[in-house]
Amino acid sequence: MSTLTQPFFQHALLAGTFIALAAGLVGYFLVLRAQIFTGDALSHVAFTGAMAALAGGYDLRLGLFAGTVGGGLLLGGIGRKGRPDDVAIGSVFAWILGLGAFFLTVYTTSRSGAQGGAGTSVLFGSIFGLNASQTLLAVLIAVAVCAALLVIARPLLFATVDEAVAAARGVPVRALGLGFLALVGACAGEATQAVGSLLLLGLLAAPAGAAIRLTDRPFRALGLSAGLAVLEMWIGLLLSAEVPTLPPSFAIMATATAVYGATFLVRPARAGRAGIAEA
Amino acid sequence: MLLADAASPVFSWNLLTDFQEMWSYPFMVNAFRAGAIVAVVSAAVGWFMVLRRQTFAGHTLSVAAFPGASLATLLGVSATFGYFGFCVAAALVIALLRRKGRDSGAEESAVTGTVQAFALACGFLFITLYKGLLSGPESLLFGSFLGITTGQVTVLAVVGALVLAVLALIGRPLLFASVDPEVAAGRGVPVRLLATVFLVLLGAATAEAGQITGTLLVFALMVVPAATAQQLTARPGLSLLLAVLIALASCWFGLIAAYYQPYPLGFFVTAFAFGGYVLAHLGRAVHDLLGRGRGPLAIGSAA
Repeated sequence: MSTLTQPFFQHALLAGTFIALAAGLVGYFLVLRAQIFTGDALSHVAFTGAMAALAGGYDLRLGLFAGTVGGGLLLGGIGRKGRPDDVAIGSVFAWILGLGAFFLTVYTTSRSGAQGGAGTSVLFGSIFGLNASQTLLAVLIAVAVCAALLVIARPLLFATVDEAVAAARGVPVRALGLGFLALVGACAGEATQAVGSLLLLGLLAAPAGAAIRLTDRPFRALGLSAGLAVLEMWIGLLLSAEVPTLPPSFAIMATATAVYGATFLVRPARAGRAGIAEA
Repeated sequence: MLLADAASPVFSWNLLTDFQEMWSYPFMVNAFRAGAIVAVVSAAVGWFMVLRRQTFAGHTLSVAAFPGASLATLLGVSATFGYFGFCVAAALVIALLRRKGRDSGAEESAVTGTVQAFALACGFLFITLYKGLLSGPESLLFGSFLGITTGQVTVLAVVGALVLAVLALIGRPLLFASVDPEVAAGRGVPVRLLATVFLVLLGAATAEAGQITGTLLVFALMVVPAATAQQLTARPGLSLLLAVLIALASCWFGLIAAYYQPYPLGFFVTAFAFGGYVLAHLGRAVHDLLGRGRGPLAIGSAA
């Protein structure tokens, strides 16, 4: 019980709740728009951004958010209509990740005060290492991401489901696509602090995938995705607090994967099921 | 800041002595051999992967290599088993999950993304449990050319030859099925079987590439050379050959650079490969701009 009252656990719980909320909301649209690969690319940009900031002697989070939001906008800019192409992303992010490895080596070999575990903690998260001010900032950014997403949710849904009709009706499809990618970027930066840049994809994809399997109604699925994400975050954190050998990011990912896997058992695929995803 | 430490060897412009010195170390010879095998295999398989637009699946397979290698380390068996076992198993899982008749891209990518993150999380768990890995997960993730044994090179060569042989056998129908799956299925080509076999090949090739560039950077040898080659020429045979050559060049130049500099091998390989990709794009743009004839159409860029 003592772990649960420790400040580090309470910080993690608070930050984790809001980060999961943002990830659940953003993830739903990411899955619906079939842009999971973008989230993946951003997770690599997050690592490089954070490492570049460390190597240059700045705050890690500065590079993290600059990297992810900038990366999101860039990906939106180079691709057709804000939907980037797989091979271009793949090539760019392989290089960017290589660059991240380079910055990591620069950081660990050149700075005397370098923490050896900096690379690992960015890659796999260090949610139990957040202090009060970091927690506050993480919560504020997560709330801002959620608010912005809820504001654009209706037109974004329209633009996602039927881009051509939405464009004809005067919905600014391209601006929405770019704005959404910027939100994905901010959310990726947030999630990196929770589960690490390599695992943020799971936090984005798993609750959203489960929600889409469970209901056809878009807004119910959106809510469900956010709810599941928060629940999985809580269970993961508790699990990790009770069993100290489990790293928190593993516990969170394992819970999220288990929930997603369970939706396949609960509801074996109805043949020809025309969910919103196919509409 | 960017200087190499005093202990690392110094590059002179006398290439002959450089190579003699570099190859006087058995581990460098092994690294060059392994690099050559891996570059050829992964570029050939990667070329089909780019054509079939399965880069996301390829990426998932590459992350499956990470828990494989770390579990093997934890259990104290050779990492090679971990790489091949996990990658091929992951390929079969992806092939099973991909049900026929419903290519709902959204859900499939959510599954792939979740599996991928979970695999990485497992890898992280194994490394945390093992605790003995000196450099943490970074050398598995970003590649290392130190300590490649002769036994490993043999395994790489055998598996590589097997992959290339199967690929040569199914190459023609696979090309047909990749370019136009509907027509190919109509003509009686076993599209689904080919897709499964190809995923297994992709798994094996990814496992090979992961041992050189690190599991996170296999795209440098699989996707980038193929994408570059498909920019340069539209003819399948020629671009396949070109992809292999580009991969080989990036890998060897990367090894040479990594030998003289303290930075990870994966960084150099990706940097050289990506440099080639950018140059190819620039060359293509200049070519189009000058309007000298019609530029070759990249087969992969139809979408």
